[in-house]
Amino acid sequence: MKKNIKWRFSLIALALVASFIALLPNTPVYKLMNKAYRDYMPDKGIILGLDLQGGIYLVFEVEGDKAVALNAKRTASGINKLLLKKEMKAEATVSGSEIIIVPASADARKVVEDAYPTLTAKESDGRLVYTLSEKEIKSIKENAVDQALETIRNRIDQFGVAEPVIQRQGEGEIVVQLPGVKDPKRAIDLIGKTAQLEFKLVDDESKLAAEVPASVKPADEEEFIAKMKEKIPEDGEILFERHTSKDTGEVTKRPYLLKKESLLTGDFLSEARVAIDSRFNTPYISVTFNPEGAKLFEELTGKFVKKRLAIILDGNVYSAPVIQEKISGGNAQISGSYTMEEAKDLAIVLRAGSLPAPVTLLQNITVGPSLGSDSIEAGKRAAMVAFLLVAVFMAFYYRLAGAIADVALVLNIVFLLGAMAAMNATLTMPGIAGIVLAIGMAVDTNVLMFERMRDEIKLGKTPRAAVDSGYDKAFLTIVDSHVTTLITAAVLFQFGTGPIKGFAVTLSIGIAINLFTSLIGTKAVFDYLNTSKEVRNLSI
Amino acid sequence: MIEIIKRTNIDFMGKRYIAFIVSGVLSLVGILAIVAIARGTANLGIDFAGGTAVQVKFDTVVTLHQVRAALEGNGIKGADLQDFPSAKKVLIVLKKAGEHTSSSTSPTSSPTLSSIEKGLSDKVIEALTKGFPGNKITVDSISEIGPKVGKRLRVDALWAVIASTVGILIYVGWRFQFSFSLGATVATFHDVLAVLGFFYITGLEINLILLTALLTIAGYSLTDTVVVFDRIRENMRVLLKETIDSLINRSINEVLSRTLITSLTVLLASIALFIFGGEVLHDFALAMILGVLVGTYSSVFVASPVVLLWSGNKPLIKKQR
Repeated sequence: MKKNIKWRFSLIALALVASFIALLPNTPVYKLMNKAYRDYMPDKGIILGLDLQGGIYLVFEVEGDKAVALNAKRTASGINKLLLKKEMKAEATVSGSEIIIVPASADARKVVEDAYPTLTAKESDGRLVYTLSEKEIKSIKENAVDQALETIRNRIDQFGVAEPVIQRQGEGEIVVQLPGVKDPKRAIDLIGKTAQLEFKLVDDESKLAAEVPASVKPADEEEFIAKMKEKIPEDGEILFERHTSKDTGEVTKRPYLLKKESLLTGDFLSEARVAIDSRFNTPYISVTFNPEGAKLFEELTGKFVKKRLAIILDGNVYSAPVIQEKISGGNAQISGSYTMEEAKDLAIVLRAGSLPAPVTLLQNITVGPSLGSDSIEAGKRAAMVAFLLVAVFMAFYYRLAGAIADVALVLNIVFLLGAMAAMNATLTMPGIAGIVLAIGMAVDTNVLMFERMRDEIKLGKTPRAAVDSGYDKAFLTIVDSHVTTLITAAVLFQFGTGPIKGFAVTLSIGIAINLFTSLIGTKAVFDYLNTSKEVRNLSI
Repeated sequence: MIEIIKRTNIDFMGKRYIAFIVSGVLSLVGILAIVAIARGTANLGIDFAGGTAVQVKFDTVVTLHQVRAALEGNGIKGADLQDFPSAKKVLIVLKKAGEHTSSSTSPTSSPTLSSIEKGLSDKVIEALTKGFPGNKITVDSISEIGPKVGKRLRVDALWAVIASTVGILIYVGWRFQFSFSLGATVATFHDVLAVLGFFYITGLEINLILLTALLTIAGYSLTDTVVVFDRIRENMRVLLKETIDSLINRSINEVLSRTLITSLTVLLASIALFIFGGEVLHDFALAMILGVLVGTYSSVFVASPVVLLWSGNKPLIKKQR
């Protein structure tokens, strides 16, 4: 009997030591420790959720359909180049995810299918129709998400965020968690920008060029586009340059008539960085092309001297300088009216590369650092008050037994926090609620036992017999009363969002540990009291 | 030995018809709430309905009236406001994307169905900065939830309710004989419906955190019920000649103090959370308080009478032979 008690006390002591070690990283002691010791210690402890430490939680969806359309467009332009090279009179156009070649000919078909072995054509009405299979569409979408994930990770790394979480969710969604970041607008811009950089020629030779006004008010933009739509040549398009007046803050848009074909894209970039224009003290972005891009850039600047080259990012014109001479060396400047911060972010997205398809923001949860610390304070206070109320009640109502239950309650809380630290679990605001509720529920177990013991004492049993049969009889009731709470906690863990998961974690660990401390801990104390001296009266 | 309640002898079962009326009304309101949720007329939180919520902290206290004026002066209409004057905080909720700002959205940002209303939170913050010059504004939190996420959360919530209901039913069915399982199940539904009904008629927000509270209540509701049932089962083995209603009465009276004390401890914790836990957990704590109260009531006045109703009021001895 005595041996058994020793064993149980050692188990409790062991759990206590383990809890303190697991919790070390959450205490100020950890920072004071010698690094040599620290290497042998756990390094994370309990992690604070975004709702407690402040930060941004974003969910983006990659527009898979657009990735497919872009892919078809790229393939079609590749086919056109091929057909041109072979001097064949046929042209590929895109409709949705289909590529159509007119007129159909066996030669054209052979050329295309030699170069693109995955494509197989259907011939109808003298046209060759290439349709992407379900499988291919799926793999394009898959790739788009993977690539987007990679690009976003790259951008965030370069932006510099401590311990970001970037992961895929479901079919085409990407979850980004940025702890400690305060400005959601900037983060969303940085991550969500497609960053498709293109160089296109300004069409100054078309008759229409004379009709393009110098600026359009944003409100009139739609009307303007509708008016111009019919007149725009087939190989042309109109894009805008946005201008914000420094004095009035008024936004105007300058339309450009461009050739649709993009002569060079951001895929050929090797470097992008912010530089300062010494004349106006304004930031601009200096880009460097890779060798292949440099060659293309040299060719096109040589070919179009004295013409205007528009630099376009995500469909917006940034600038359209006149090409003065052939530019070799592969350097170009992107100037525009942006702030230093915007320029920095722009350089990051250009360096990290473009997203394979546009992304849409589905969800943004931003918690400011002040709310986070307010919440922690409120949580601490609520937990302290709950503990005091419950502890005082127990000690008052059950006397010595109540005091024992209070010690068990303290152990409970320490073990709960220790277990969370050992699992590197995330503590959220609802998680704190879980801890507070667990304080209230933990003593329930002892209440049920003590009441049973009182029953037994009333029946005239000795204290020792009362303790034993009290525990035995209350055991099933205790298990029954906790299992259903565990069931709902498990369900909440499965279906809940981040903060709710935190609740499920603390509540369920709290209950499990409660069973341990009351069935092993408090019982051991009672057994010890009963064996050490023959107790006449149990203070309960 | 201190006892809150000395040995009692209350005829709980005799009052069961009054209890049935009270519980019937409570459950009915809860059912009305579910109908309202299904029809989309309930006050769903933005996590279920989609929308934008911004919580700001002011340097000096402002009234909701002033906040509304500042918002409407800058073209933001239809906001639900909630204030926490002690913390100088105001929560601004704009439900469902695309209905709050007047026409001037640029064509380039035409929101697709799944996206959230771009820049609405910025507009709110801008409007408040303009509307309260000289009052420093700290943004506590911004939540923007697109309809697609809202829909997914609704579906997840439904599955969570179904899964936990099935889980509890299986466990209770396995541990107790049929009449007890029935009593426990009815009591559990009763508790959840009563709390949901309260939130519905008071116009409080029905959101993810309330759902969490409701499921926790469903799990915890059984604690008290199990205590009572265990005693009834125990007494059934010994007191074979007693009629069921007096046996149930005796059992409830025997365990009444522990039923009340187990609830009391959780109630104390919930009250601490309600008063000190901050605005994030305010409604959660309120739901827990109500849930614990109604759960204690239901273990005595719903679960046990259902057992009585199902078994019939005869002494056990005849069945046992």
